[in-house]
Amino acid sequence: MTATPRLGDPVITPALVAEHGLTPDEYQRLERMLERTPTFTELGIISALWSEHCSYKHSRPVLKTLPTQAPWVLQGPGENAGVISIGDGMAVAFKIESHNHPSAVEPYQGAATGVGGILRDVFTMGARPIAMLNSLRFGSLDTPRVRYLVGGVVKGIGDYGNCMGVPTVAGDVMFDAAYEGNPLVNAMCVGVMREDELIRAKAEGVGNLIMAVGARTGRDGIHGASFASEDLSHESDAKRPRVQVGDPFTEKLLLEATLELIASGHCVAIQDMGAAGLTSSSAEMAERGEVGVEIDTLKVPVREAGMTPYEILLSESQERMLVVAHKGRDAEVRAILQKWDLTAAVIGEVIAEPVYRVKEGDHVVAEFPGTRLVTDCPFYYPEAAESPAIVALRERDVHAVAERAEESDPAWTLARLLSAPTIASKRWISQQYDSTVRANTVFGPGGADAAVVRVRGTKKALAMKTDCNGRYVYLDPRVGGRIAVAEAARNVACTGARPLAVTNCLNFGNPKRPEIFFQFKEAVGGMGDACRALDTPVTGGNVSLYNESPIGAVYPTPTIGMVGLIEDATKAVGSAYQSEGDSIVLLGTPTNELGASEYLSWIHGVVAGAPPACDLAGERAVIDTLCELADTRLLRSAHDCSEGGLAVALAESAIGNREQPRGIAVDLATWGSLPLRALLFGEAQGRVVVSTANAEAVLAVAKTHGVPARVIGQVTAASAGFTITGGARALHADVSTLSMSFHDALPAAMRRAPADAITTDPAAGVTA
Amino acid sequence: MKVGIVRFPGSNCEDDAWHAVVDHLGEEAVILWHKDHDLQGSDVVILPGGFSYGDYLRSGAIARFSPIMNEVEAHAQRGGIVVGICNGFQIACEAGLLPGALLRNDRGYRSMPVTIRVEHTDTAFSAAAHAGQCLTMPIAHGDGRFTADDATLDRLEGEGQVIFRYVDAAGHPTDAANPNGTMRNIAGVCNAARNVIGLMPHPERAMEPLHGSTDGLVLFQSLLATARA
Repeated sequence: MTATPRLGDPVITPALVAEHGLTPDEYQRLERMLERTPTFTELGIISALWSEHCSYKHSRPVLKTLPTQAPWVLQGPGENAGVISIGDGMAVAFKIESHNHPSAVEPYQGAATGVGGILRDVFTMGARPIAMLNSLRFGSLDTPRVRYLVGGVVKGIGDYGNCMGVPTVAGDVMFDAAYEGNPLVNAMCVGVMREDELIRAKAEGVGNLIMAVGARTGRDGIHGASFASEDLSHESDAKRPRVQVGDPFTEKLLLEATLELIASGHCVAIQDMGAAGLTSSSAEMAERGEVGVEIDTLKVPVREAGMTPYEILLSESQERMLVVAHKGRDAEVRAILQKWDLTAAVIGEVIAEPVYRVKEGDHVVAEFPGTRLVTDCPFYYPEAAESPAIVALRERDVHAVAERAEESDPAWTLARLLSAPTIASKRWISQQYDSTVRANTVFGPGGADAAVVRVRGTKKALAMKTDCNGRYVYLDPRVGGRIAVAEAARNVACTGARPLAVTNCLNFGNPKRPEIFFQFKEAVGGMGDACRALDTPVTGGNVSLYNESPIGAVYPTPTIGMVGLIEDATKAVGSAYQSEGDSIVLLGTPTNELGASEYLSWIHGVVAGAPPACDLAGERAVIDTLCELADTRLLRSAHDCSEGGLAVALAESAIGNREQPRGIAVDLATWGSLPLRALLFGEAQGRVVVSTANAEAVLAVAKTHGVPARVIGQVTAASAGFTITGGARALHADVSTLSMSFHDALPAAMRRAPADAITTDPAAGVTA
Repeated sequence: MKVGIVRFPGSNCEDDAWHAVVDHLGEEAVILWHKDHDLQGSDVVILPGGFSYGDYLRSGAIARFSPIMNEVEAHAQRGGIVVGICNGFQIACEAGLLPGALLRNDRGYRSMPVTIRVEHTDTAFSAAAHAGQCLTMPIAHGDGRFTADDATLDRLEGEGQVIFRYVDAAGHPTDAANPNGTMRNIAGVCNAARNVIGLMPHPERAMEPLHGSTDGLVLFQSLLATARA
């Protein structure tokens, strides 16, 4: 059989090809593959499959350098989600994914459908989602547009996750002008299953049935994948109709129906219809199974009459799944879906002939030879060269930046840093997310350095965190990539969990620009270095390129989603000081480093200098120390030093729990010769502030791991104040002043109109 | 004691309620499918939290028409115990099992720990507590602003039907302690016959030390105390 055009199909012209995002070379490759001119339907299919979003054509060769193996990895990259074993027959599926471009033009639906998509990726593996995380990057809150985006994104995430009954427990949010025109919205989902429930998205078994399950297919989101694969421009707002519309209620039904379906044994494979919808889900399942498929678009349940095969194949209508059912079991599959008031229809079958064929009734509208449609796309090895401007920024002597007059009182600087939106309490955001549903949350937002969620039916708990300081990666992608992994691992270890594996979301600019591809290559290299050193392989993730707007590219932001395991959930450690009189111990060593710091950016408006050095062996030793300290119940609190440095870390542990603030009396005379601002606000890596009732034992454990550790002070009553001495000048602050700076900054910034999401979707206002 | 927990499409706290009853109370629980017509011999019915039917119309407005609600209403009319938590409270109000209505919070969705004060202990969901006892547990809702006209509110107060009130750390029902703009800081009420109880906070999420609070336990223990009385 061969495909022929439908009546009314547009003629294939160079202009039409360009409109579909294919280069002339790519188009020629398509013609060679088909040995004829493609039909309009075929052009649409290939434009989606060979888009950056689906094909990873610029990133795949670099991604191959990442470590993906460990004895506990059950499923590495290439599936809907990665899967690791946590022992006793239990497994964890997890993945992070971006929804940057949709969120930039339609923040509420963009973020909501991002959450929906990542949930489906996890439950199609057979896992029940138990936690959501979000990594968000926005421009300055001084801009009304940014406040609109923040309000819409947060509400979109909240409404979707809350309705699903999956707690949103952690994440990271940063604000920097670099994200002004192109916010980043990365959503991560973690699910739990028994190892024997694991199911893969691999079509197999000639004669098995291909079924469309869940919501009906409509005309929304057509070409979403291609939209995600180009720079944002002033015209992007016009592409708002390419953003899909989410329906969390249908998704909740789909979740329950899917898990029931997997448990029933009636199906061999399931895949989410996400980016590029039916096209990519069917092509990817066929490719993994090395089988042919035949689909009839007339059999796909649709929302409106008259949809063309092109539209049906490329629709990104949400809450749909593609299922491969055992031959003859379609009635059983339908019965399960009907119980949940969802549709299921046989739309095709697995065939022996190695082709990807789409029919509209009897008319073949697309037919590709072979089963490797997705990876038959061209791969690119773009030129990589570091921007001399960034080299100059990195080499700038930031110690020469003159102090502001107010800085004569370091308490002023500390209070001001605590009010920086990147550092300040994110409670304004997290209180819009249900973080306690499922009744397993041990530490939710703000309670610990990573979220801790109990695995019900076991003593175990999972710790999870997203992280990435894009400013570090911008100024030195290799070091920044290492730090992103190391910090996420350190956060997880602060709770007492052993970091196990990574999912990543690589947000970069246009890879065709050599300075961008340099960032990508180097950052991924740095991530790989750290993942190898910390024994935390990459199990999957997502690449989001073309994060550029007319004002330029975002900071290169390889967001890390880290998952770790605590064998005994009752041993989990929070970040707030617990008891007056406890000793405060610093693990790691302050340095003279000040480059790339939040201090320079927020206090001085300077983005320059080298990011702090990252000693991976040292990081590993700190992680081992934290795990042992938590396991032996020696810790009352643990909090790592990150943005804002040691002084901010000391303060966050004192005021993080607004209802129960504490004071401190700390002396840093050991490092008194360091410049005061480097000592207090420099961001030297590998440091953790812990509090303990047994300092001697903590020091002894640190020593066995070769980690520098020193008692630096005591936890006091809040009324005794917040005091750091031993530096060039003493820092005396009122605990309530620091607390107000930290807790009131974000609500105050968001109160400036328009704070609320502007949305026309009826579901947007729904809460319960 | 056997507790029936209704699963509506979109419910998402039914498992948490099940664990509260089975793991922490040691009693029998069964999940009841909304399309069924059988309470399976349940002594107590819990309408759990969630987003029944997506709550796209008005929270709880469609769930009240689910087939099983006929049986739940008959159970309540016979004097059987019904507890509505969060979305279940909204459903009970929509079904006319409880007075008042739960409107959109005046400050948006709120997920946070709150303190509630037990106002009366003569219901099946407060009997094991003592009057004036303050309990800490999470809320997570967008439609929890209890609303009724003044006459109804006065009647509820007079008849002792306000069972739970949001209070501050000192036990006072202040404006600052009100998380959603609810009238008179009302967090939970009962019907005139005192056998149907609804509340917005989630006691099933405050059952064990890992939750950070075990204050929800006393409310579930009240069911047991009532069943044995």
